[in-house]
Parts: sequence; structure tokens; C-alpha cells
Amino acid sequence: MSYVWTLGEQFEGKLRGVSFELLARGKKLAEELDTKVCSLILGHNISDEDLEELIQRGADEVYFVDDPRLADFQNETYSNVISDLINQYHPHIVLAAATTIGRVVMPYVAIKVNTGLTADCTQLEIQPETKLLLQTRPAIGGNIMATIKTPDHMPQMATVRPKSSRPLDKDPSRSGKIQRIVLKDELVDTRAKVIEFRTDDAGFVNIEEADVVVAGGKGLKQAANVKLVEDLAKQLDGVVGASRQAIDRGWLSYPHQVGLSGKTISATLLLTAGISGSIQYLAGIKTCENIVAINNDPEANIFGVSDFGIVGDLFEVLPLLTQKLAQAKK
Amino acid sequence: MNIIVLVKQVPETSNVKMDPETGTMIREGLETIINPLDLYAIEAALRLKEQHGGKVTAISMGPPAAMKALRETMAMGVDEAALVSDRKFGGADTWATSYTLGQAIKEMGEFDIIMAGERATDGDTGQVGPGLGAWLNLPVVSYVAHIKEVTKDSITCDRLMEEGYQVVKAPFPVVITTVKEIAEPRLPTLRGNKRARQTEIPVYSTENMTVDVGSLGLKGSPTKVVKIETPKVTRSGTLLKANSEETIESAVDQLIEWLKERELV
Ligand SMILES: Cc1cc2nc3c(=O)[nH]c(=O)nc-3n(C[C@H](O)[C@H](O)[C@H](O)COP(=O)(O)OP(=O)(O)OC[C@H]3O[C@@H](n4cnc5c(N)ncnc54)[C@H](O)[C@@H]3O)c2cc1C
Ligand SMILES: Nc1ncnc2c1ncn2[C@@H]1O[C@H](COP(=O)(O)O)[C@@H](O)[C@H]1O
Repeated sequence: MSYVWTLGEQFEGKLRGVSFELLARGKKLAEELDTKVCSLILGHNISDEDLEELIQRGADEVYFVDDPRLADFQNETYSNVISDLINQYHPHIVLAAATTIGRVVMPYVAIKVNTGLTADCTQLEIQPETKLLLQTRPAIGGNIMATIKTPDHMPQMATVRPKSSRPLDKDPSRSGKIQRIVLKDELVDTRAKVIEFRTDDAGFVNIEEADVVVAGGKGLKQAANVKLVEDLAKQLDGVVGASRQAIDRGWLSYPHQVGLSGKTISATLLLTAGISGSIQYLAGIKTCENIVAINNDPEANIFGVSDFGIVGDLFEVLPLLTQKLAQAKK
Repeated sequence: MNIIVLVKQVPETSNVKMDPETGTMIREGLETIINPLDLYAIEAALRLKEQHGGKVTAISMGPPAAMKALRETMAMGVDEAALVSDRKFGGADTWATSYTLGQAIKEMGEFDIIMAGERATDGDTGQVGPGLGAWLNLPVVSYVAHIKEVTKDSITCDRLMEEGYQVVKAPFPVVITTVKEIAEPRLPTLRGNKRARQTEIPVYSTENMTVDVGSLGLKGSPTKVVKIETPKVTRSGTLLKANSEETIESAVDQLIEWLKERELV
């Protein structure tokens, strides 16, 4: 097997986008190390087309552990399978996504295979002299960037922040090997059981993996005005985020919350309206690529981290912006 | 029901200052607090105890000053506390921290649930809870947003994922990590404060727990920090005033242009 592994993720049999982002990272590292990159997938009923896409987007090999008992993420069984494969094939590097899967299964695996793990990295490089993996990550609410290495243990493992890298374009001419691996019964841990899956409302959001997030805060004044950010989000093909003030007032549900006690996002475009830019909110948005802020207070903190700011009343700016974008589309 | 809550003491980082020379955080004069995300785990533990009986024990690994955080948890209603502290534990990464906490917990006797915060606001990894689960070979349910049912030997929870909630039923003993949605933390009470001051908090160190010294602290940690940098936080963006009909219209037009230039629309 290859030396650089990326742990792909699936949900209900469809590959999550982070699987491809990880491959872009993995391929670059593999090239520097003159080795192969392999995508490891645990799941069931994944189409050949999806597996093929892993190869078109960078994988030299795909290892698919296919079993109905792996359809839902279950930490202990997943950990057992990943640890077993690591112990068998000794990859040098294992990358996973910093998602609700990667952020629990990887620390579990790290202990089982006796190695270190760096969380939520935004940069990965090979140190030329040592060929070791340099893992750089924001810490303390994005106030510092720490570079970490794992000099004496194998594999070197990291989780990577979703959206912090772009997938490679599909290259249909690439070829690679897809291998199906049978799940060993003894690796199945039935202690914790997944009973069902549900979303509470139709508007359940995955803001961590969204390209465009339109976020509203206390400046929205009341629940009814959330519609202003929703309408704009729709125009921009984005999802709605919120500051804690908007969540705690019950205007939106917790999965929308951005920040220290909510989610960390790395959107290509974040547009915030009626949000002051508290240090706790900023902790969740530091790796967004383009930040636009609308706030009627010219002194608002949020302008210090914005690429484009409008000092104005959101009740005037948002509807006009939505309307003009809609016109432009026609 | 016996519940252990993992509590970390962290610097109050809402006004951190960085040393521009060394790129490290200036810790002097920084207040320490209970990791804010641990308050949700404490609250969830207290509610479980109130509904099902039993006892809540807070445990923290850190310097002797972390006693303060433990006393604060007792002021909130936690029954007992234990400090895991030794010079040799210093500089531990999440691997060594979860190992050390696991060894201390083994000394402490039977339990049903270990609760941890989603992540600590300083290290920001969220790895200690799951790592501890691995050391103790227990199932881990992370990102728990609601507790739905508790029986004498199991717990059923909603686990928040990107696409929705996964409902997971796990037998005791189990490790749970919580998110903010689980419960609004209560405030310390006067009575709690008094009890916290009067209670003796035991300390676990290399003297009274079984540990492999090679697995402790900075030396025992597989990961090493090689560099710390302070990123440039401010962006030099355009700032437009929109306080009249014309300026609003023009600001919106310029924004749309700007978005187009960057291929964002
Ligand atoms: C431990 C801890 C964790 C926290 N975690 C988070 C977190 O995860 N996420 C988070 O967001 N916060 C978090 N907070 C809370 C944080 O400190 C702030 O209270 C919060 O971010 C403020 O939200 P806001 O910007 O919406 O509200 P405010 O700070 O009240 O700002 C509202 C803004 O709207 C502007 N405004 C008002 N009316 C208009 C108008 N008509 N047009 C345009 N602008 C207008 C105002 O000028 C103001 O700047 C946390 C706090 C603590 C202590
Ligand atoms: N030194 C520590 N002592 C006790 N609990 C800890 C310690 N470090 C981390 N934890 C727990 O593990 C969670 C995740 O921390 P971290 O992995 O450091 O982000 C925290 O919310 C705490 O509940």
C-alpha cells in the first residue's frame, strides 16, 4: 500500500467533498516524498463512479472496506478497522478531515497505533532535510499558528480543516487501483449502536463545508428578519450562519452558530450583517477567504478583519443587494 | 450513577496579547478560567445526577493553580474533585494528557460516564476526550447535543454531525463529549462556594498513581511544537459609507463588482 493515506468520508453512501480535498493535500505530499497516495474509505453501497472519482482527483489507489456494518459512522468499529490497516501496511502519513468523524476517530486511532496527532491543520508541508511532515494549525482562537511535527512515531497523523484546500480537477485519463477489503468480524464493536439519523428542520445546515455563508447577528433585531439573510444566502447559493447572540435569542438553531462555541468555517465568501465581530465570533472565521461586513457602526471590530465593508443599515443594504443580485442573474 | 467530568483550566483568551518578539502568548496577568466549553459538560453531568442520582466528580490535570477551577466546579454543584498534578506532567500533548488522565481515573474506582468538553479554547484540539476513551478502551460518543434516554446501564444521545443528528445508544461505561446545545450552564451558588472552600481536593501525582514515566509530559509526547507564529489578523479592506440613498446604491454596486471580480457571483 501507499505511504500517504487520506481517510475519505461518506454519508449515506455518497462521498463527502472533504474526501477530494484531502487527496489534493495528500498528492502534493506524496509527490514530495516520491510515493503514492491512497484513499481509504469505510462504508457500504458506494458507487463505482464515486470510487473512480477518487482516482480522477488524485488517488493512486483506493481501498474500500465495504460492509453494511460500516454504513453508519461508529467510532469504535471504524477505529479498529483503520488501526488494523495501519498496523498491517505502515503508511508514513495519515490525513483525515477535521469533521465530526475525523475529529473523534483519529484521536482514538492515534492512541491505538501509538502515535501523535495534530488537529485541524490548515497547512501541511514536507520538511526538506528530514522528510518529516510539518503540520501547521491555528490555535487559541486563531491568534497563533503553531507548527508541529511527529519526529519519532509512525504514521504521522493530522486532521485537516474542511475547505482549507481545493480538490484537484477531475482528470479522466488518470488510472489507479480500486481494491475492496473485507471487514474482519473481530473488528466490529457493537457496544455503541447507531439507532437512527434525523434532521430537525429542513434548513439543517452544514456551514463548515459551505462555500458561501451569509451570517446575521443581533443587529437583525428579531427572528422575522432572519429572512433578510436567508434571501441573500439563496441568491448567493450559500447557507445561513449566525453569531451566538442570534442563536441564544432563538432566531436560528445551534447548528448555524459560528465561533468559539459554535463552528469554525473556512468559506470562500463570508458575508456578515449586524455582527460586531467579538473575539469569540472571529475565532470561527479567521480562515475564510473573503470577508464582507455590513454594520452601521464604523468602529465595529468586524471591519478590522473584512476585505470589503459597508458602514450602513442592514435593513437597507441587504434587500437592495439581494434584489440587485437577482436582477444581475436574469 | 457515577459521572466524571474532565475540566481544563485555560487562560481567559478574550483579550490575549501576543509577544511580537517571540510570537508566544503573554501569560502574565492573564486570568485563568474553566474552559468555557467544559461548562456545558459540567451542566449536563449535574442534570443527569439530579434526575438519576449518584455523584459527579470533576478532574483536572494541570499545575496546582488548577485547584481554583476545580473549586469553581464544586461551587456549581459538583460533589467531588481531583487534581492530577506533577512537574513531570508538564508540556504534555493530547496523547500524554489522555494517558495521564486515564491512569488517574483508573485509581479513582468505578464510574458510568466520563464527560468532556468538545474542545479546550487554548489547545483547541478536542482530542483528549476521544483519546481517553481509547486508553480506557471505552466507546466514545462525541458532539452530543441532547441526552434522550438514560437507563440503569445505557445512555441514548443525539450526536451532532454535519448533516443532522445521529442517535446513538451506548452502554456504560462510556465517554461523552458535549456541545453548547446540550444545556445552559448554571452559575455557582453561595452555598456551593462555601462547600468548595471547605472540601479537601486530593492530588494524583507520580507518587500515588501507576504511570510509565516515559509516557509523561513533554518527553512522552509524540508531537513536538517546532514553531509558533502570530498571523496577520487585520485585512486592509475597502470600507464604504452607505448613509444616503445614493451612497447605499453605489456601495451595493461596488460590492457586486468586487464579488464579480473575484468570481464569487
Ligand atoms: C465562552 C464564550 C463563547 C462564545 N462563543 C461565541 C460563538 O461561538 N459565536 C459568537 O458569535 N459569539 C460567541 N460568544 C459571544 C460573543 O462574546 C458576543 O456576545 C457575540 O458574538 C455578539 O454577537 P453579535 O455580534 O451578533 O451582537 P453584538 O455584539 O450586539 O453586535 C451587533 C452588531 O450589529 C450592529 N447593528 C445593529 N443594528 C444594525 C443595523 N440596523 N444595521 C447594521 N448593523 C447593525 C451593531 O452595530 C453591532 O455591531 C461567546 C462568548 C463567550 C463568553
Ligand atoms: N488537562 C486537562 N485536564 C482535564 N481535562 C482536560 C484536560 N485537557 C483537556 N481536557 C478535557 O478534554 C476536552 C478537550 O480538550 P482538548 O483536547 O485539549 O481540546 C476539554 O474540553 C476537557 O474536557
